[in-house]
Amino acid sequence: MKNTDSNRWRTIDVVIASVIAVAFGVIFWAWNTVWSVTESAFAFFPPAQTLLYGVWLMPAVLGGLIIRKPGASIYTELVAAIISALLGNAWGATVIPQGLLQGLGAELAFAALRYRSFRLPAALLAGALTGLSAAIFDFFAWNSETALWSYRIPYALLTVVSGAVLAGLGSWALVRALAPTGVLDRFGAGRDRALI
Amino acid sequence: MTLVFEPVADPSAPLARRNPVAKLGAALLFSLPLVSTVDPLTPAIALLVELVLLPFFGVRYRVLARRAAPLLLAAVGVLVTMVLFAADRSGELLFSAGPFEVTTGVLATATGLILRIFAVALPGIIVFATTDPTDLADALVQNAKAPARFALGALAAFRLLPLLAQEWHALTLARRARGVDAGRNPVAKVRLFASTAFALLVGALRRGVRLSVAMDARGFDSGVPRTYARRQHFTGADTALLACAGVASAAILAVTVALGVFRPIVG
Amino acid sequence: MSEVQLRGFGWRHAGRRAWAVRELDLHIRHGERVLLLGPSGAGKSTLLAALAGLLPEDSGESEGTIEIDGISPLKAFRSSGFPRRPEDQASAAAQFQVGIVFQDPQTQLVMARSGDDVAFGCENRGVPAGEIWPRVSDALDRVGFPYPITRSTSALSGGEAQRLALAGVLALRPGLLLLDEPTANLDPSGAELIREAVARATGPETTLIIVEHRVAEALTLVDRVVVLEPGGGVRADGAPEMIFAAYGDKLADEGVWVPGFSTPPVKATTKADPDLVRAEHVTVPGRLAPVSIAAGAGEVVAVTGPNGAGKSTLALLLGGLLAPASGRIEAFGDRQPPHRWRAATLTQRIGSVFQNPEHQFVTSRVADELALGPRRVGRSPDEVRRIVDDLLDRLRLTKLAAANPYTLSGGEARRLSVATALATAPRLLVLDEPTFGQDRRTWRELVDLLAGLRAEGHGIVAVTHDDAFVRTLADRVVPLGAAEPAPLPRRLLP
Repeated sequence: MKNTDSNRWRTIDVVIASVIAVAFGVIFWAWNTVWSVTESAFAFFPPAQTLLYGVWLMPAVLGGLIIRKPGASIYTELVAAIISALLGNAWGATVIPQGLLQGLGAELAFAALRYRSFRLPAALLAGALTGLSAAIFDFFAWNSETALWSYRIPYALLTVVSGAVLAGLGSWALVRALAPTGVLDRFGAGRDRALI
Repeated sequence: MTLVFEPVADPSAPLARRNPVAKLGAALLFSLPLVSTVDPLTPAIALLVELVLLPFFGVRYRVLARRAAPLLLAAVGVLVTMVLFAADRSGELLFSAGPFEVTTGVLATATGLILRIFAVALPGIIVFATTDPTDLADALVQNAKAPARFALGALAAFRLLPLLAQEWHALTLARRARGVDAGRNPVAKVRLFASTAFALLVGALRRGVRLSVAMDARGFDSGVPRTYARRQHFTGADTALLACAGVASAAILAVTVALGVFRPIVG
Repeated sequence: MSEVQLRGFGWRHAGRRAWAVRELDLHIRHGERVLLLGPSGAGKSTLLAALAGLLPEDSGESEGTIEIDGISPLKAFRSSGFPRRPEDQASAAAQFQVGIVFQDPQTQLVMARSGDDVAFGCENRGVPAGEIWPRVSDALDRVGFPYPITRSTSALSGGEAQRLALAGVLALRPGLLLLDEPTANLDPSGAELIREAVARATGPETTLIIVEHRVAEALTLVDRVVVLEPGGGVRADGAPEMIFAAYGDKLADEGVWVPGFSTPPVKATTKADPDLVRAEHVTVPGRLAPVSIAAGAGEVVAVTGPNGAGKSTLALLLGGLLAPASGRIEAFGDRQPPHRWRAATLTQRIGSVFQNPEHQFVTSRVADELALGPRRVGRSPDEVRRIVDDLLDRLRLTKLAAANPYTLSGGEARRLSVATALATAPRLLVLDEPTFGQDRRTWRELVDLLAGLRAEGHGIVAVTHDDAFVRTLADRVVPLGAAEPAPLPRRLLP
C-alpha cells in the first residue's frame, strides 16, 4: 500500500472528523434532555461537574485516534464547539477559542508522539493534556474568584483526571468498540481487524 | 424539548445582514476582553450595549430569552459556588449558612460573575441566532480564507444533524422494543445512554463514509480550483462593525479602569 | 457520450482476501443503456465505483485495464492540489465524464438548500460562476423537481431527495451516467418518479449503466442486460428478453427479481383467534389521523398507504413504543395500555421489528444479540442457550454467531432483527417494512418464516409498501389514507 503523503486529509477524513463533532453535538443535546434533573443536581454541587467535563473533551481525542493526521484533534474539537454554538449553547462564541485550546491539548500529545502511536498511553496522554488545557482556561477565565485550595486547584485536578479517564480511556475504548463494526475500515484505526 | 438549528431572527435586519465572518469576529472582539475582569460594572455596561443593539440584529427579546435560558442554570451554579468557595469574604456579614459566611463582598463578586456570564455569552448567541450555517461556511472560505474542503466538509456533516436527532429517537424506542429499559436505576440509565450513543455514532460514521464517497463522486477532491455559486461580500460596513466592536469593548474597560473598579482575573 | 472498455479488469479491496470483481471483459458503446445484474457479492457496485473513479489506488489493488473513452478513471493517489502527473490529469478528466447516483438519498445531499446542492458539483469542477445557476435550473427542470431552489433539503421526501441527487449529477453533464440501485430505498411511487426522471433526463447522447434488483421496473430504461458471475467474469450479455429466457430461473434463485416470476399466495389455514391487540381511534397529531385496527392470533394484517400516512407511527403505537395522543389501545387483556408496560413484559407479548435493523442492535456479537432478550426476561442460562441455538439454526445465522451485527449484509441483518424479536416468544409481531430493499431470496425466506409463525398461532401486523408481500401473505389489509399535510419540519421533535 502506498503511503506517500499520509498527512494530507482525504475527503473521508474531513467528513468523518466533522461527523464525529456533529454526532457529539447530538449526544450532548440528548444528554441534556435525558438528564435535566441531574444537571440541576450538579448545579448545587459544582465541583462534580468536572466529572462530566471529560465527555465534552472526547471529540478532540476521538478525532485524533481515528483520523491520525496532524490537526485532527484541533479540527474535531473546534467543529464540535462551533456546532454547539450554532445549536445555541449557554456560552455563546467563547466556546470557539475554548474548543481551539482544548483541541490543542490533545493535538500536542499526538504531535509529541509524531502521529505514530495511537495506543492506550497515547490516548491517556492526549486526554490528560486536553483536560489540562481546559483546566488552565477555566482556572483563569471562570474560577478566578474562588478559593484557591478548596476549589480552584481541586477543580483543575479533577478536570485533568476526567480528561484522562473519560476523554482518553473512553475514546480509546470507543475506537476499540467501533473497529469491529466495520465503519472504520478506511482508517488505520479500523485496519487492525483481521482479513475477512 | 426541541432541537432548533436554524436562524430564529429576521434576516433582513441591518446588522443581521452583515457578513457572517464580520459578525463572528465582532462577537469575539467584543466579548473576549470582558473575560479579563470580574467587577460587576464592566459586564453591566456591556449587557446594556448588547440589549440596545438587539433590535438591529432582528432578534426579538423573547427569542433571546429562550435561547439564553440555560444561562440561568449557570448563574445558579455560580451563586452556589461563590457561597461555598469564594476566596474573598470581605465586607459586611449578611448571614452565615453553617460554616459559610455570606458577606456583601461575596454577593458583589457573585453578581459580577453572573453578569459577566450573560455579557460574554449574549454576543455569540445573537450572532449564531442570525447566521445561516451555509452563509457562515461560504464567508469563512471566501472572506476568512479558511480551507474550502474543511469548511464544506463540516457543513455537509452539519446537514446530518436533524437526521441524527431523529435517529436518536428511533434508537431509544428500539431499545425498549428489545426489552432494554432502565427504569429508575441511574447506573442502568447511564449504560442505556452509552449504548444508544454508541449506536448513534456507528450510524453517523457509516453515513459519513457514504457521504464522503458521494462528495468525491461530485468532484469534491478533484483538485480543480473551486468556483463560488454564492458570493459573500466583505464590505466597508463589515470592517466598521469589527472596528466598532473592538472600540466598544476597549471603551467599556477604559471606563471601569478610570473609575477604579476594574478587577483583573490575574493578579 | 462515453464508451467503456474493460479488459481482464479486477479489483480487490484492501483488507479483503477475495476479489470483488475479476477477469471482467466488457465493452459498452456510446449511448448504450445497460442493466447490470448478478447475485449479491458479484461486484456490481465495485464496478460502478471503479468507473466513477472512486477507488483510489491506495484502497486496494487492481488488475487488467478499465477505460472510459480510452482513459483510466482509477484515481491515482494525489499529494495535493491539481494533479501534476499527466496520467493523473487524464484520469481526473475521465472522472469528469462520469456521474453516479447511489442508493441512499440522505447521504448524497451535501448542502442545506436544494439549489445549492445542485450547484455543489459545478463549484467543485470549476464551472464559471455565471454558468452555474442556469445549469442548476436546467437540471432541476429535467428531473421534475417541484420546489423552488431555496427549498430545504431536509424537508424533502426520499423520492424528492433522490431526484435532487440526480439533478446534482446531471448538472455536471456526464457522458456516462451510473445508477447504483437508485430506487432501492424508495417507496413504489417515489421509485416511479425516479425512473420517469431518468427516462426524461437522459437523451441518446448519454451512456447509462444501472444496477437494480427489481428488474421489471428498470427494463423500460435499458436495451442491454449484462449478468456478472460471482467469482469473476460475465455470465451473460445481450437483449433483455433473451437473457431472461435463458437465465431467468437461475437469476431468480440467486435473489434477482426477474420479471414474470410471481409468487403463489400463502393464506392462513385456520381462523383467527380473538384479538391480541385492539386500537380504537388512536391519533398522533401531525403524524397519524384517527384509525382503528385489531389483530388476532393466527392472522397477518397488512397496513398499507402512501408516505406520510403514519404507517410507521401506527406500528410504534401497536408495538407499545409510543403513547397515542388520543384513543385507546388494549392488548393481551391487560388493563394498562402497552406503552405503559415494562420493557421486559412488552417483549414477551409484542415483538417489534424496525425498518432499519441496525437500530435494534445492542451487543457486539450475533449470538449475544439473540441471548439478550431471553436473559432480560429471566430465562435460565440453559434455556437461553437452547433458544439462541434454535434461532441461529432456523434463520441460517449459525455461521455468523460470533460476527459483529453491524458487519452483516442487508439480508442477514434483517433475519437477525426478526430473530431477536422472536427470542422472547411474543404472540404478536409488529414489523415495519420487513421486505424493504431485500433481494428475492431473503424475501421468500421472510414470507415463509412469517407464514410458519402464523400457523403456530402468532399474530402479525406488517406495515408495508410491498404489493407482492400483501398479495402473498396478508389475510387482511388496513389501508391508511394520507394524513393532512404536516407542517414543514423547521423544528424537530426528539
